[in-house]
Amino acid sequence: MDNLFQRSLEDLIKGFRLQLLGDSSFISRALEEIRREIKATDLSTKSTALHKLSYLAAIHGVDMSWAAFHALEVVSSSRFHHKRIGYQAITQSFHDQTSVLLLITNQLRKDLNSVNEYEVSLALECLSRIGTRDLARDLSPEVFTLLGSSKSFVRKKATGVVLRVFDKYPDAVKVCFKRLVENLETSDPQILSAVVGVFCELASKDPTSCLPLAPEFFKILVESRNNWVLIKLLKIFSKLASVEPRLGRKVAEPICEHMKRTVAKSLVFECVRTVVSSLSDHEAAVKLAVAKIREFLVEDDPNLKYLGLHALSIAAPKHLWAVLENKEAVVKALSDDDPNVKLEALHLLMAMVTEDNVSEISRILMNYALKSDPLFCNEIIISVLSVCSRNAYEIIVDFDWYVSLLGEMARIPHCQRGEEIEHQLIDIGMRVRDARPQLVRVSWALLIDPALLGNMFLHPILSAASWVSGEYVEFAKNPYELVEALVQPRTDLLPPYIRAIYIHSVFKVLVFCLGSYFSAQESSSGSSSTVYESILNLVNVIEIGVWPLSGAYDVEVQERAKNVLGFIGMAKQDIAKKVNLQDNEAEACRVTAFMEDAFSEELGPISANAREKVCVPDGLELEENLGDLEEICGKFLKPVESDSVSCTDKISFSVSKLRIRDQQEASSSTSLPPKESSSLLAEHRKRHGMYYLTSKKNDPDSNGTPNDYPPANDLASEILLDPLDPKRKAKHRKSRPVVVKLDEGGESRITTSQAKTKQESVTDDESLSRDIQSALLVNKKGKEREKCEGNSNLVVVQEEETSRIEKPQNSEKKKKKKKNGERTSRKHRSRRRSEVASSSEQVEIPDLLL
Amino acid sequence: GTDDHSSDLFWESRINMIHFVLLVSRQGKVRLTKWYSPYTQKERSKVIRELSGVILNRGPKLCNFIEWRGYKVVYKRYASLYFCMCIDEADNELEVLEIIHHYVEILDRYFGSVCELDLIFNFHKAYYILDELLIAGELQESSKKTVARIISAQDQLVEAAKEEASSISNIIAQATK
Repeated sequence: MDNLFQRSLEDLIKGFRLQLLGDSSFISRALEEIRREIKATDLSTKSTALHKLSYLAAIHGVDMSWAAFHALEVVSSSRFHHKRIGYQAITQSFHDQTSVLLLITNQLRKDLNSVNEYEVSLALECLSRIGTRDLARDLSPEVFTLLGSSKSFVRKKATGVVLRVFDKYPDAVKVCFKRLVENLETSDPQILSAVVGVFCELASKDPTSCLPLAPEFFKILVESRNNWVLIKLLKIFSKLASVEPRLGRKVAEPICEHMKRTVAKSLVFECVRTVVSSLSDHEAAVKLAVAKIREFLVEDDPNLKYLGLHALSIAAPKHLWAVLENKEAVVKALSDDDPNVKLEALHLLMAMVTEDNVSEISRILMNYALKSDPLFCNEIIISVLSVCSRNAYEIIVDFDWYVSLLGEMARIPHCQRGEEIEHQLIDIGMRVRDARPQLVRVSWALLIDPALLGNMFLHPILSAASWVSGEYVEFAKNPYELVEALVQPRTDLLPPYIRAIYIHSVFKVLVFCLGSYFSAQESSSGSSSTVYESILNLVNVIEIGVWPLSGAYDVEVQERAKNVLGFIGMAKQDIAKKVNLQDNEAEACRVTAFMEDAFSEELGPISANAREKVCVPDGLELEENLGDLEEICGKFLKPVESDSVSCTDKISFSVSKLRIRDQQEASSSTSLPPKESSSLLAEHRKRHGMYYLTSKKNDPDSNGTPNDYPPANDLASEILLDPLDPKRKAKHRKSRPVVVKLDEGGESRITTSQAKTKQESVTDDESLSRDIQSALLVNKKGKEREKCEGNSNLVVVQEEETSRIEKPQNSEKKKKKKKNGERTSRKHRSRRRSEVASSSEQVEIPDLLL
Repeated sequence: GTDDHSSDLFWESRINMIHFVLLVSRQGKVRLTKWYSPYTQKERSKVIRELSGVILNRGPKLCNFIEWRGYKVVYKRYASLYFCMCIDEADNELEVLEIIHHYVEILDRYFGSVCELDLIFNFHKAYYILDELLIAGELQESSKKTVARIISAQDQLVEAAKEEASSISNIIAQATK
């Protein structure tokens, strides 16, 4: 009489609402109770306990895997009520690793064979959710039988299970596929819907294997008025058209018919999507689809607006005109309340960007970025950055404008894309020589902007700005101001690695100024006191600014600061002496000239595939086991450690320092001109040529002349001149500057690796598709050898047709034995079918695939 | 172990359109969950937490779809309840919206102007109705009438069994008197 005092599920739910214990303690109490009750031998008590447990698991996320065996016991009850509770628990909690899964096979088989259709339905539902390979294999005969059940309720559910069975046990296709195809001819809308659903999934996995069924699908596409079915069919055809483009012409017309006829937006949208994604060559269909998209866009319904934009973005790559036609709506959507809508609009706007409108669109977007929330603002910024930089700034003609835009971006309050902006500032500096003056102007403005130093997201931008102004200092209007910006006290807000770059830039500016000071003396041979004053000022500012950093905690900062100070210390005396060129032996003059020379080496972009171009030297064993490397290194490294002065060439500056020493030694013995460093480089190149990129036009001797730009790397520079001036271009636009673009030869490698992964993923479904194909082949056995000429695809479909005509007769024979009541109707249908089939043999099939 | 896939929330091969159904109240209480793709209990809780956070915070005039982890979640609010279904990117959002509406209509017909309390106290009924509507994450029955008929037939089956049970216990009770 446990039963009498047991709380039902309803009691539990009510109790939960009234309890004052707090959720978790109430649940643990209830669980305690359930654990006790579920052990009862009485199935009624057990099932109620299980029911409560399922509830707690579904709603409160309680673990119920421990009750797996109890669920099996409840399912074995003869009462429908218990069974239902048991199956619900199982579908909810079983998974492939559940240990008692093996015990369920017989129970499922028994219920699948039950005379009670609702019990069959429970078992089918369960199988559709927990079916493993073993279950699918053992129960596929039952599923096969049910696919032909006279009860449409059962047949429909059996169809729903087929997909799981196929997925887990592809061999089942051989058994069940034929019945599935037969069900395509059913007049029962629910069964048809279920079957089409199955084929929709099969076609998305492997379109080719479903291709022979195209005539059947086509017939349903034309005849059906059921929106659920039609949507699935459109998905099927969109997959099939991807492997058989000729199908497109055939289906375009009925799809347009549906688009014109239906009022159901879901169907219209599916038609639109099918057309813009798979039938994009069919002009009339695309036009109609775009007209429908426009209807969506002007609706107030946010769902339609979103889907309209989404459809436009599918259409954009092939039909940009469709986007341009709706530009207004797209721009308007940028200020929508819905983030999804805004994002779609942004993507569309970026798809529209061309050389001609890039500045206009960027202007619009920057205005939106200023007033947007941080998330969308950064989405805008990154979109503009990535579109503009695509393919080595393909669409940018006016780099002065673009560089200013980058500077503007840095000043948008929410901007967090410092790293990308940093990269582009440097990248443009290296690639686009003509952009450098503007780059230096913008950089200086960034450096003196007090707001940037306080925002750590923007520090990378400052890093780039400081590098640019040091590297291209020759374009600076006022080096003194530049230095002031670089040594301003607030730079202590920057992380050390950026400060190091600042100091290095200061060094470059200093070298540049001293260099021009000395050479100015050379030319005018007399030293004007104002020039002298200003150079002294500069040196003092640097000294005052950098000196505190020589005690910096960070070694990088400290070292660079000391380098600068050391250089100043050396040069200062000579400046004070007002050296001139005649004083050839002055150390400062010589060193400055040397440093200038070292810095004048232009840095170019390096191809991402540069390393691949280096061929492996003869005799280098790459595959060799390096196990004993440590031993070798141990011997090798120890002595180096003891005199570690000469081998740390990690920091570029140290290298330059070394070079100075080398050069001093060299010049003292051979008295070479200060061009030494480049000739050293040339010598290095001669000796270790294989480590350099192969270069045809590079001639190290002509280092200073402008026409050998770009240096060092194998650069396929590309000059883009204005193409066929349309109207306004000729008037005020200057021609696009040279943009250094590298020949990225690595693409083939990437695509092959992609292909490989693609292939790997395909293998999963391979067995399934193979089985589908062989199942289809069974249907056309016999006549295969007769017609082999002509288009193979055509032959396949024709044979498929002819064999289908015979099929109903076969099934008729079987049916006769069973004394089926619907024989006459069946016969009638089969006749009708053969008519359709034969007529389609003459007209439809060649049309369909040609 | 149930936590085999706990590292990622994604199911391996897709064999169904709808991955899961979720009913959440405006207060964030879960009213029904149904999973058509394999998730561990941990993943389920994570999904529920994540999604209800996003959906409950969306304003009333926004579209009914959200992009979530490479999938789409279609949701619609009816009175105090949010009905959510998760589908693939390429699936038809409007169709799923119709399925949701369809489900609500059937519930409404079954309970007689359904409210949240009906679903709270008859949680299992809402479950059974959903099972007649969808199988393996696919719509299987688009006729409201048919679903209603099937459900009431099964209800009768249960009632008949219950009556029988109670009459037997009556007999026993009387016999032991």
